Amino acid sequence: MKIPPPIAMLAELTHRCPLSCPYCSNPLELARQETELDTEIWARVFREAADLGVLQLHLSGGEPASRRDLTQLVLAARDAGLYTNLITSGIGLTERRLQELDKAGLDHIQLSLQGTTAEMADAVGGYKGGFARKMQVAEWIGAIGFPLTLNAVLHRHNLHQLPRALEMAVEMGARRIEVATVQFHGWALKNRGALMPTHAQAKEATRIVAEARAALKGTLVIDYVPADYHEDYPKRCMGGWGSSGLNVAPDGQVLPCHAAQSIPHLKFDRVTDKSLSEIWYQGTAFNAYRGTDWMAEPCKSCDRKLKDFGGCRCQAFALLGDATATDPVCVKSPQHGWLTSQTQAELQGAGTPALDDPAAGEAGDVFDTSELTYRVLPRP
Amino acid sequence: MAPDDVPFLPRGVRLHFDKVRDTWVLLAPERAITLDAVGHAILSEVDGTRSFGEIAQALAAQYDAPVEQITGDSAGFLGALRDRRFLEVAP
Repeated sequence: MKIPPPIAMLAELTHRCPLSCPYCSNPLELARQETELDTEIWARVFREAADLGVLQLHLSGGEPASRRDLTQLVLAARDAGLYTNLITSGIGLTERRLQELDKAGLDHIQLSLQGTTAEMADAVGGYKGGFARKMQVAEWIGAIGFPLTLNAVLHRHNLHQLPRALEMAVEMGARRIEVATVQFHGWALKNRGALMPTHAQAKEATRIVAEARAALKGTLVIDYVPADYHEDYPKRCMGGWGSSGLNVAPDGQVLPCHAAQSIPHLKFDRVTDKSLSEIWYQGTAFNAYRGTDWMAEPCKSCDRKLKDFGGCRCQAFALLGDATATDPVCVKSPQHGWLTSQTQAELQGAGTPALDDPAAGEAGDVFDTSELTYRVLPRP
Repeated sequence: MAPDDVPFLPRGVRLHFDKVRDTWVLLAPERAITLDAVGHAILSEVDGTRSFGEIAQALAAQYDAPVEQITGDSAGFLGALRDRRFLEVAP
């Protein structure tokens, strides 16, 4: 099999973050600050990435603004010729810092949204005052003129806010919104029972997105990640494991996807030991599930195997303990019935604010957060 | 896309030569679009000052093709980019 060069690299600059969202995509074992790569090593990794064929660089975290050298890192990325995107909650960005990032050549900002009201957003992020701060940052972003994508993360407790999130994206002048329903890895899997949308909510969200896409054509592009577990077929594992993107963790481990560390038998190379090119083409973790040779039935003979690649490898491992199994979200998986009965039990009696309830945006925001496990950094 | 429209690439969208894959690409927020020779030729003419009509004339002369055909092909291509907000029309 001919291995194509990667198009995108996610640089997780740090796992530090002022927020502690209970669905954080960082691994359960977060990297400590003292293990983080320094500015010079990141700059070298950016050059190696560009030489390897990476076009899009996503500076992420944790909260990337928690890195004091963020502006220098953007400069290094642009020097390397990369399209540079900042994925941020906005917390830690000041007007002056944004102006510096503008001068450094930052191409685009993706701003996360935990809710459309302060009550909701601050309860989900576990950070009082975060929403007000974020709204201020959105104003500065608009004034400077950065292209903006709003990333609304949705789950059972805030899916009713989707219509308002779409309005906010238009008001902020965002060109794009990502309507991302929580996917159950890591922290989110710990909180699955509390975050899983009901089937009715998932269906309603799909309807709202379809209508908004038609109404806002040419104004707002809507990317939609539908609710995990509610579709007949699983998500496409990274568009194919090791085929288009790679992820560098704060300590320099190179991962095929952000959740890959949840598969315990995989060994990850580090940018401090090997070149990015060697890791991409020869690394054992990248070759583990490349192509289709690793597949077993029913994937092996399935006509969808090049569409969704058997679904998510990390999900297959997390739910079944076997990373080569068919993702049980797939209706063709022998374990699909077991998963469905499990999630139905979790959704029994789940209360959700009504979508068309006018009070839902106000009083309906208050929900019981005691059932959530918020992410925590290990103590130094 | 009307003949008087003046198309331009907004901030955050730019042409880039991809040395590794030996092709032109259009880089946009979180997207990279591989351009064929025709797509690259059209976007190379988009400078934010000339109208779509002028661009079609220039391409027709350059490629010795009927201007109606060039207009049809490029309107479809630029319209699709506009729908995705990778291209805008000057007010």
